[in-house]
Amino acid sequence: MTRRLPALAAVAALAALALAGCAQDLPAASGAPSSSPSPSLGGGITVDAAASLNEVFPKLAASFQQEHPGTTITFNFGGSSTLAASIVSGATVDVFAAASTKTMRTVQDASLTAGDPVVIARNELEIAVPPGNPGRITGLADFGDAAKTVVVCDRTVPCGAAATQVFDLAKVAPKPDSYEPDVTSVLTKVEGNEADAGLVYVTDVRAAGSKVEGIPFPEADEAVTAYPIAPLKGSRNAALAGAWVAYVQAHEADLRAAGFLAPR
Amino acid sequence: MSARRRRDPLARIPRAVLVPGAIAFLLLVGPLVALLARAPWAHLGDLLAGDTVLPALGLSLGTAAASTGCCVLLGVPLAVVLSGADGWPGPLRRLVRALVITPLVLPPVVGGIALLLLLGRTGLLGGPLFQATGVQIPFSTAAVVVAQTFVGLPFLVLGVEGALRGVDRRFAVAATTLGAGPWTRFVRVTLPLAAPGVAAGAVLAFARAIGEFGATVTFAGSLPKVTQTLPIAAYLALNSDPEAAIAISVVLMVVAVAVLVSLRDHWLQGIGR
Amino acid sequence: MSGLDAELRVERDGFVLDARLVVPAHRVVALMGRNGAGKSTAVAAIAGLLPLDGGRVVVDGEVLEDVASGRVVPPERRPIGVVQQQSALFPHLTVAANVAFGLRTQGRSRSAARAEAHRLLTDAGLADLADRRPSAVSGGQAARVALVRTLARSPRLVLLDEPLAAIDAELRPALRDAIRAQLRAFAGSALLVTHDVRDAEALADEVVVIDRGRVLQQGSLASLRAAPAAPIVSRLLDGATD
Repeated sequence: MTRRLPALAAVAALAALALAGCAQDLPAASGAPSSSPSPSLGGGITVDAAASLNEVFPKLAASFQQEHPGTTITFNFGGSSTLAASIVSGATVDVFAAASTKTMRTVQDASLTAGDPVVIARNELEIAVPPGNPGRITGLADFGDAAKTVVVCDRTVPCGAAATQVFDLAKVAPKPDSYEPDVTSVLTKVEGNEADAGLVYVTDVRAAGSKVEGIPFPEADEAVTAYPIAPLKGSRNAALAGAWVAYVQAHEADLRAAGFLAPR
Repeated sequence: MSARRRRDPLARIPRAVLVPGAIAFLLLVGPLVALLARAPWAHLGDLLAGDTVLPALGLSLGTAAASTGCCVLLGVPLAVVLSGADGWPGPLRRLVRALVITPLVLPPVVGGIALLLLLGRTGLLGGPLFQATGVQIPFSTAAVVVAQTFVGLPFLVLGVEGALRGVDRRFAVAATTLGAGPWTRFVRVTLPLAAPGVAAGAVLAFARAIGEFGATVTFAGSLPKVTQTLPIAAYLALNSDPEAAIAISVVLMVVAVAVLVSLRDHWLQGIGR
Repeated sequence: MSGLDAELRVERDGFVLDARLVVPAHRVVALMGRNGAGKSTAVAAIAGLLPLDGGRVVVDGEVLEDVASGRVVPPERRPIGVVQQQSALFPHLTVAANVAFGLRTQGRSRSAARAEAHRLLTDAGLADLADRRPSAVSGGQAARVALVRTLARSPRLVLLDEPLAAIDAELRPALRDAIRAQLRAFAGSALLVTHDVRDAEALADEVVVIDRGRVLQQGSLASLRAAPAAPIVSRLLDGATD
């Protein structure tokens, strides 16, 4: 006599599968790393990384995957704080690269990092203005001018914390028209010439190419933000996670080429 | 009459729908239950008492009410045009209807960028406006209302169009043969008979406006008391203080549920008799 | 020429109505025919709810529509009242407000229209319904209210489209009497669409029979019975159809 799976369980299982399918496309695990230099590496990992890394990390991943056939690195770029919140809330992530040590600390405090985070790069703020600088922005003082349309990151995200720091140093009382949720939306407003100026990272100005112009200011050097990276405890592929972290550290020069400052 | 009360045989539902229906309900309600379970009830008051939540709540309620008003004032006339569009060429009618619905399927952030491209200070319309008057729409409370109206209008237009089509033709015939021209017929007969649909559409538009985040933050920005609505405050709080974010989300949920519970069944069904 | 003189040509989805319908002044003519004969199409065309493809509509000498000259009076400005098969009282208005509706569109003030509506309902013996909603009156009462509502505007021609068809059979004789009384007090002409010969017997001075969009015969009930022009005429007058 055969036992039949109860209909409820079957449907529930199907629904769970369907939901998993909705949630993410799991990278196919390949078990044949035939000619790989380190034959133990295979499968895939998910890397949560600060939005400002979204130019340089995919390039590094491409060369990494070439060196280690059969591996897949999937990125999830976003505001560091948002990513950290989702990791703390239980998202399954293998590696986290944050745009500030403070944000990384929230993950460390939850005992979710595997080993100490390593700083791979640093970044500093720069004023971004639309091409031609239509608002005639000259420096940080313009952020205190209510007549100018200026945007900064919200204090709750790293670029906003850094902004607060430079405003304090420059003794400017900022009067922004908007506290944006991440650096990308600051850049969107400047690129679209909706704002006369925004405060973003040097690397963002570099990555935006001709769509914005950068105006450096002296206080930026005093508010440098660090980019720590760490493999996470919940990783189902710790070997690959560790290898990726090591690879990024070894290719620090590529980060500098993208405009980041050296870790020290 | 029989003393034994039987259930209406036509009210019985096929058993096969029970399991997937229950899963659907759990999928909808589960996250909300989890939110309530994790809510920091003990210090909810402290979390909400800061100078962020109350202004954001007031701004959300005010802008959502204003955008609902705009939706009704602009959406009802559009619904009237669409409900009378049967004589249009088929492709044109389908295209217009598709365009009206598009904001429903557009990612809200994309909608916000589209609004910037139209109404921003270098936008198609916003550019000339800014050149001529120096007025810029983004970063203003008006921009919040515009963004919310943009995302809420499809709900209202679809609801009202359905309700207008549901009004029996014989009432229009009666009104006309009693001497009513198109305007009188619309104001005194068709619109009152479609009122439940208008109310349902307005409530849905309001609920959508209250929850609006992506288009608002992209088009209007986020400045406390000016453009920072409750969903934006919740999103920003998530970065620094997840407990506060959950607390704000609970407030949002309570507002949304209160609004939707006020939607009576028959409003959703239109004017059946 | 008083009353209705309509030459109707309407082509629609393969059906062709091609009929001349005449209602002498102050008379009631029953328009009879089987389902699909074109009765409702004729009513809609006369009322201006359906454009003519040919012909003209003249009421009491006034040309309301004339395809040849291009003249068209919109339906809301025609001196024609219509009572539909389902009485179509506005469900969101009270009975009195329903009656007042057509008086308001004639430009009367709200209070004058309301007073007149109450007077007309009282005359028709329906005063106690005045403040009810249509959902709270019977089908027969609704039919009578609908006629009061239409006649309140003093149209020169009233079109009644099967006013009794939706009424229970046992209630029809009493309702026929009531409608006859209302029509008798009415100064204009009337075209009564029906497929029931008892309606024609009770209410009409003359009968016109149409079939497949064309007039078969017109005359008094007695003359049609005496010499039916086609088998369908005698079947209709025997009450043997549908």
